[in-house]
Amino acid sequence: MAVEILKEKYRSKVGEVVLGATKDQGGTRSHTITVGGESALPYLHFEGEIPNRPVLALEVWDMVPEEWDPLFEKYYGDVWNDPGAWARKCVEEYGADLIQIRLKGADPDLKDASVEDCIASVKKVLEAVGVPLIVVGCGKAEKDNLLYAPIAEAAAGENLLIGVAELENYKAVTSACMANQHNIIAQSPIDINICKQLNILIAEMSTAMASRIIIDPTIAALGYGIEYSYSIMERARNGALQGDKMLAMPMIGNVGLESWRAKEANASSEDEPGWGEQEERGVLWEATTAMAYLQSGIDIMVMRHPDALKAIKANIDDLIKDNSY
Amino acid sequence: MIIIGERINGMFKDIAKAIKEKDKAPIQEWARKQEQNGAHYLDLNVGPSSPNPVEAMKWLVEVTQEVSDLPLCLDSTKYDAIEEGLKLCKHPAMINSVPAEMAKMERVFTMAAEHGAEVVGLAMNEEGIPKDADSRIALAAELVATADAFGISPDMLYIDPLVLPCNVAQDHGKEVLRTLREIKLISDPAPKTVVGLSNVSQGTKNRELINRTFAVMAMANGLDAGIVDANDDELMAAIASARIILNMDIYCDSYVDVFMQRNR
Repeated sequence: MAVEILKEKYRSKVGEVVLGATKDQGGTRSHTITVGGESALPYLHFEGEIPNRPVLALEVWDMVPEEWDPLFEKYYGDVWNDPGAWARKCVEEYGADLIQIRLKGADPDLKDASVEDCIASVKKVLEAVGVPLIVVGCGKAEKDNLLYAPIAEAAAGENLLIGVAELENYKAVTSACMANQHNIIAQSPIDINICKQLNILIAEMSTAMASRIIIDPTIAALGYGIEYSYSIMERARNGALQGDKMLAMPMIGNVGLESWRAKEANASSEDEPGWGEQEERGVLWEATTAMAYLQSGIDIMVMRHPDALKAIKANIDDLIKDNSY
Repeated sequence: MIIIGERINGMFKDIAKAIKEKDKAPIQEWARKQEQNGAHYLDLNVGPSSPNPVEAMKWLVEVTQEVSDLPLCLDSTKYDAIEEGLKLCKHPAMINSVPAEMAKMERVFTMAAEHGAEVVGLAMNEEGIPKDADSRIALAAELVATADAFGISPDMLYIDPLVLPCNVAQDHGKEVLRTLREIKLISDPAPKTVVGLSNVSQGTKNRELINRTFAVMAMANGLDAGIVDANDDELMAAIASARIILNMDIYCDSYVDVFMQRNR
């Protein structure tokens, strides 16, 4: 007797978001990237479509990232005084699909870079590389709110992904994106309810923005609550597939940032001789974290170590292969 | 819970008048209002006093579809009216309803199979509405078995256990709730369940309170669909809340608005 394979049927799918714009579309990117569109749980090609590969970004700062582990100097030290050269190296040498520029220098406690300086940094990256861009602020809402509108306007037509909108502070960035047709990162603190509520609030400001949201559910590194973030993302994705429109957006995660906060990645080989060689350990920590999030359905990951990015690219190559039957 | 909007019914004076005078406006206004408040289906009933139910049903289907894309629930005891209506429906419709009586089941399941329609099956027969849950479940099983013989999957069937007004048949309430639970054990896939919600409060004071209390109790017992007043905001808010408690929707602070506005 033939065995009947049970396949799950899903009612709905994740929306697709296009990042970047080519010359024909009013921007200057060499190509665009589409994320989302999944109509099944991650990589279950036999139950639905996974039409777009998850993509990997590397991060570029507008200042020397002094807080990064010193081992990164050999990868980025020659370029980290120049966001353009840094971005070019990430794309050409390390194979980043897109670049996230973090305007850390705008932080009033660091360099307090002016709006003009920030625009200049973004422009440098736009000129240096052809890939789509993610632009995030310094993390201090008061300053970031002054940056969003001028940057969105200066890069009008480029179809950027700008972040971050939070429940307590989403209006400035939403209106900047609305006015200049950029996409938005909606960030919630590992909380499915706030995630949904924030998407609703952004959609209330503009229904057009609802299809331009990328969810940042806030992720944790391996060993620091990864299972908690994972289960939130799993629930969001299940909600999306069951027809919850306010959760049916692609997801992004700062894997590099979170992984290299872990002491397992940062502790030197001298301090922890039993843990093995530090750099290899750190790369594994980042890559393992990333692998787990791929299984949650994440669409964009911002990485840090070139070797971790390479390993995950190979992992994605495997996952994206059709396994339908 | 699937919301079937009850308002386009010739029992209401404005609808009866609209049908008589062929005045589209009240029908279309109620179609829009119910859709905007979150209805998934629109029930169409020409009412008991219509002199020509077939023509009236055809007209109702046409004028409703001019303004709404929702699937329709054709509600009549005159099967000719339902059959003519089905021919005009743009989306697969629901037939409301058929009791567990062989001749009627044959007629209804034949046309349901032909048009791909869902069917509301009433847990009653020639002898009327049973008093207890067991007899209701036995009739539900008869409906499921007969539908199956006509090639209709149990999940295309909505069993209505028939709730009576709580002021005259108070002992039925518990039986109906037990019926809702146990109907799910009849077959795999299980049939769905539906109630005409407003029946429970006929002739009482506090109608809306009784309706929404029963709605959430029935949902807790597995109810799938209700023929309800979709414009009763308190009822819709109670249903939205029950969906949260039952983990059918993911909570967020605006969950009531989200539930009611999803068609807007």
